[in-house]
Amino acid sequence: MTDDLNDLKAIMDQATPSPDTARRAENIALAQKNFNDLQGSRQDVRPTAVTGPKGLWTGVKTMLNTTMIFATSKGGLTATTALVACGFLVLTPQGQDLLRPPSAPQITMTEFDSTTMQPRLENGPMTAEELSRSEIIQEAPSGAEGQILLGPLETPTEDLDFTDRSDAAPRVLPQLRDDAVVPQMQEAEIVESLPEVRSRMTENNLSAPLASPATTGTTAPEVDAERETVVPPSSSATFGQLSSGGLYPSSEQQTPSTELQEAETIRVPGTDVLDLIDDALGVAEPDTEAFPQADNNPLKITADDPVSTFSIDVDTAAYAVVRSSLSRGQLPPAAAVRIEELMNYFPYDYPAPDAGEAPFRPTVTTFQTPWNADTQLVHIALQGQMPEIAERPPLNLVFLIDTSGSMDDPTKLPLLKQSFRLMLDQLRPEDQVAIVEYAGSAGEVLAPTNASERTTILQAIQSLGAGGSTNGQGGLEQAYSVAETMRADGEVNRVILATDGDFNVGLNNPDALKDFIADKRDTGTYLSVLGFGHGNLDDATMQALAQNGNGTAAYIDTLSEAQKVLVDQLSGALFPIAGDVKVQVEFNPAQVAEYRLIGYETRALNREDFNNDTVDAGELGAGHAVTAIYEVTPVGSPAQLSDPLRYAPNTVAATSDELGFLKLRYKEPGDAVSQLIETPITGSSIPGTEANFAAAIAGFGQLLRDEAYLGDWGYDQAIALANANRGDDAFGYRTEAVQLMRLAQSLSR
Amino acid sequence: MMTSDEDLATAAAAGDGAAFASLLDRHYDRLFAFCFRITGSRSEAEDLTQDICAALPAKLGSYQRRAKVTTWLYRVAVNAAHDRRRKRTSYAKATTGWGDWEVNRNAANEDTATKMDWLTAAMGQLSDDLRDTLALVLDDMTHAQAAEVLGVSEGTISWRISEAKKALRTFKQEEDMV
Repeated sequence: MTDDLNDLKAIMDQATPSPDTARRAENIALAQKNFNDLQGSRQDVRPTAVTGPKGLWTGVKTMLNTTMIFATSKGGLTATTALVACGFLVLTPQGQDLLRPPSAPQITMTEFDSTTMQPRLENGPMTAEELSRSEIIQEAPSGAEGQILLGPLETPTEDLDFTDRSDAAPRVLPQLRDDAVVPQMQEAEIVESLPEVRSRMTENNLSAPLASPATTGTTAPEVDAERETVVPPSSSATFGQLSSGGLYPSSEQQTPSTELQEAETIRVPGTDVLDLIDDALGVAEPDTEAFPQADNNPLKITADDPVSTFSIDVDTAAYAVVRSSLSRGQLPPAAAVRIEELMNYFPYDYPAPDAGEAPFRPTVTTFQTPWNADTQLVHIALQGQMPEIAERPPLNLVFLIDTSGSMDDPTKLPLLKQSFRLMLDQLRPEDQVAIVEYAGSAGEVLAPTNASERTTILQAIQSLGAGGSTNGQGGLEQAYSVAETMRADGEVNRVILATDGDFNVGLNNPDALKDFIADKRDTGTYLSVLGFGHGNLDDATMQALAQNGNGTAAYIDTLSEAQKVLVDQLSGALFPIAGDVKVQVEFNPAQVAEYRLIGYETRALNREDFNNDTVDAGELGAGHAVTAIYEVTPVGSPAQLSDPLRYAPNTVAATSDELGFLKLRYKEPGDAVSQLIETPITGSSIPGTEANFAAAIAGFGQLLRDEAYLGDWGYDQAIALANANRGDDAFGYRTEAVQLMRLAQSLSR
Repeated sequence: MMTSDEDLATAAAAGDGAAFASLLDRHYDRLFAFCFRITGSRSEAEDLTQDICAALPAKLGSYQRRAKVTTWLYRVAVNAAHDRRRKRTSYAKATTGWGDWEVNRNAANEDTATKMDWLTAAMGQLSDDLRDTLALVLDDMTHAQAAEVLGVSEGTISWRISEAKKALRTFKQEEDMV
C-alpha cells in the first residue's frame, strides 16, 4: 500500500463508526432467526443438532410463525399454506424421494444468487409452480418427517392460527407411514396435490379465502388415490383427542409402540419410552437435540430403597461429543454429558484378572468424596482381561457405510476413509472384510475379502463417494446377509455401521428395527456404531442401535479419536469377553444413610432384572475397564440431606460393618446363563491414582451437567485433582481431559 | 483452543446454530465497518448489515471450505451492496452515503473541508467498483484477496487501485484549487 492509501486508510479508520449496539443485537437476532428457519427446512435430512438448544421443531415452528408475519397478503397466505402442504407431501415416502435434494449440504445457492431470500419476503402471489419448484425444495425438504411426526399435537383452534394449521400435519402421519406401497409419484402429481391440501386447509381453518390455487399440471387418475393418502378424511376426526400444546404425542399415539417399553436396557419409564421410540425411529425429540433425556439419578434413602441396579456402559461417544462442543467454544448441552461415558473413555490401570478367573475383576475402593468431606465415594472398577492377542479368533467385519449426500463433508466420509485405513493395519491376513454402502442404492462395494489383500480393500474404500438418498433398511439387511455368509465357527462376526446419524433406517416400525438388530445379535452378529460429523449426529439413535446390537457407540470427530477407537482399543471394541454385565449394589442401611449413583442414568435396570438372564445389558470388551461411582452419606454424617422419619420404625440393627454388597452378573460370550460374582463393600481407604482420576472426571461431568451436589467444588479443584492423577497417560488422553476442563472453566464464567 | 472461522462456518453450514452465532458475533463489527466503507453512511451501513445478516444463513450453503471465511463474507457483503444499489437506482438516485455526497456538495459547496468531508467527497468521486475495491484494500486485504472477493483478476484490482489513486489525486488537486 502506498503512502496515499495509508493516509486514506488512517482517515477511513478514524471515520468508521462502531456499530450501534441495539442494531447489532437486532441484526444478529435476525440472522439467527433466519438460520433457524432455514434449519427447519433443511434439517429434513439431519434431524438433530449436536449443540444448541434449537431443535428442528422449533425451527419449523418459527419458520411458520415467521411466514405468518409476512403472510398478510394473499400471496403470503398461499405460500404459508403451500408450505404446510409440502409438509404433508414430504411425509410420504414417495414425496421424500422426490423432494430429497441429491446432496443435502449443498443446498443450491451461490453467493451471487441475490434472490435466494426473496421468496419469503415477496408480497406478490406465487404460483404453485414456483412453490413446487423452488420453495419446496428449499423450505420443506424431505426429512422433515422426523420432527413433524412427533411434534406438538395441538388442537386447531378457530382463530386462524397458522401454527395450529401446521400442527395438523402430524396427525396424518400414522396412516401415512404404513403406506409404503403407493406407486412412485410424478412431479405433476405433487403440483397437483398442492391445491387440494390447500383447499382443505381453507375449509378447516381459514375463513378468509386464499389466493387462487394454481392448477397447473394434469389430473392423472392416480392423483385421486394419492390425495386420499395425503389427506385421509379420517385424520380430522382425531383432532379433538389430541391434547393442545402437548409436546409429546398423546398416549394414543404411543400404543403402536408399547412393546418398546419392554426394551431391555432402558428401564426408565415416562418420557424415556418416548425417547426410545424416537431413537428407534431415527427422529429427533420435538423440542431439542437428540440426546437421550434422562434426569439425574436422584438421591436415594437407603432405608427406603437399598438396592441399586444398572447395566455397564462402555460407550465413549459422549466424551467425544463434549470435546467437540468445547473446542468449538460451546458448553455442551447437559443431556449430552453422560458421566459414565466420560469416565469410561479413559483407559485405567485397574488390577487385571488372573488367568483362569472370571473374564473381569472387580475392585471396590471407598474414599472421601473430593467435593464433600462428609460423604464417601464408592468406586467400583471392573477390569476386563486382555486375551492373548496372538490367539484372538479371526474377525469377520462388515462395514456398513452411510454414503448418503449428507456424508459429503470433510469431517465425515473422508475422515471415515482415513480411519478405516488406520484400522486395516490392525487386521490380520486371516481376517475378512466386506463393505456395504447404503445410499440410494444399497450395494456391496467389496465382497468378503481377506485382509491380506490390502490393495483391493483400499481401492474399495477409496471408491466410496457420497451422494444420493438413503436406503438404510436395504443396507442394514444386506450387511447382515453378507455377515451371514462370512460366518464360521469360532470367528467373531460384527457389522460396523458408520454414519452421521442421518439415517432413515427404513424399517417403519420401531419394534421391527429393535427386533431386527436383537435377532441378529442372538445369531451372533453384533453391531457397533461409529458416529461422524456434527450438526447432524443422532446420538440417541446411535446409542439405541449399539445397545440393541451388543456393540459400542463411538463418536469420531478427529483422526486421533479414530486412532483411539479403531487402533489402540480395537480389540476391546471388537472382542466381547463378557456379555450382559449387570451391577447390583445393596447398601447397608446401618452404615449408609443415603446414596447416589453418578451417571448411568440411561442404563438403569429394575431390581428384578438383575437375575433375569433374558434382560439385555452392556458388553465388556477385551481389556475394557468400566468405572462406576456412588456417592454415599454415612449414617450420622452432617451431610445427610434427608431427616430421619419420626414415626416410622427407625431401628436398623448394626449387624455389619460393611457399607454394602456388590453383585455382578455376566455371561460368557455365547452363553445363555449368567454367572455371579459377589464381594462386600468395606470401609474407607486411600484412593489410588486411577480412582482419583475417575472421581475428577465424575466431578467434571457433574459440573457440566450443573448438578447441585458439588457445593463450592468447582473447575479449579477438578483440574487440580485430575492433574495430580494423570498417571502414565501413555496416549495423552488425560492431559487432553485437563485441557477440556480448563476450556469448560473459561466458557462457564 | 480457538476454533477456526472455517470450522465454525462448516459447522454452521451443517446446521449448527451455536457455531453460526459465534461466527457472526466474531465478524459482525468487521462486517459493519466494511459496510460503512462501501456505503459511507452509518444508517446505510446498518441497513446493509441487516440485509447481509438476513441473507447470511441461506448463503452459508455456498460456503466452500477452501475459502477463508472473511473472503467469503466480504463477497457476500459486496454482493449485498450491489443488490442494494440496484434496487436503489430503480427508485431514485441515492439519497445518503458516499453517493449523495456530490449532491450535497453541489448544493452547499462552501462546507468546511474537514478531513471527514474530504474523505466523503473522495469516496463519492469513485465509481462503485473502485470504491468496493478500495474498501477491501483499505481493510488490509491484499490485491489477491480482494480479487478473490470480487471475482476478478488480481491485475484488475491493481488497475482499479491505480485508477482510484489517480481519481483521488485529481480530486485533491481540484480541491486544492478551490
